[in-house]
Amino acid sequence: MLEITLTLVFGMLCLAMALAFIRLVKGPMLPNRVVALELIASIVVGFIAAYSVLTGVDDFIDVAIVMALLAFLAAIGFARYLERGGPRDD
Amino acid sequence: MIDLAREVIASLLLFIGAALMLLAAVGAIRLPDLLTRMHATTKAGALGAALTIAGAAVHFADPGVTARAAAVIAFIFLTAPVAAHLIGRAGYFVGVPLWKGTIKDELKPHYDAGNHSLRSGLEERPSDDE
Repeated sequence: MLEITLTLVFGMLCLAMALAFIRLVKGPMLPNRVVALELIASIVVGFIAAYSVLTGVDDFIDVAIVMALLAFLAAIGFARYLERGGPRDD
Repeated sequence: MIDLAREVIASLLLFIGAALMLLAAVGAIRLPDLLTRMHATTKAGALGAALTIAGAAVHFADPGVTARAAAVIAFIFLTAPVAAHLIGRAGYFVGVPLWKGTIKDELKPHYDAGNHSLRSGLEERPSDDE
């Protein structure tokens, strides 16, 4: 049961990653790309959880902590960068 | 028996979490503007990540792993709203166009794009203390 579920989970996460990557490429403006990056970080956290279940190595949960922290800092940095720049048209 | 129940619960949590993240990605593709996309990705994405981590915690059934998983979930639930608020605010201020079907923009009468200032609308009201 767990094997079938893990196959389905990895398939769905791959599809979600592909869709988020399409939004990252299409934009159309920088804030949309930041939203896509944050979604990709969430998906990577899900990947790490599923992978630690697949391999049985529980230390990968620590990687998820670091990934969540990095995504948060990246979002804060992008938001500050955007707001400093003032109105833009790209 | 316990092992079977654990396996079923872990599978369900992993599956629901991955399905929610897929829904978030579909929302990011299909919805028309920045704020509606954030509405899809922030909530469904955060809940999906939290559920997959919870599924891993149930699978390992170890106090140390559960504590670390709880830390990840708490961190995600604390930071996701803050990050979404900041990106939405920055997106509004840099002039990301709203969807043409938007019927109400409550910030517009309070925000002056020229000098980047916000008003609450209560500044001119006489104070009640005196």
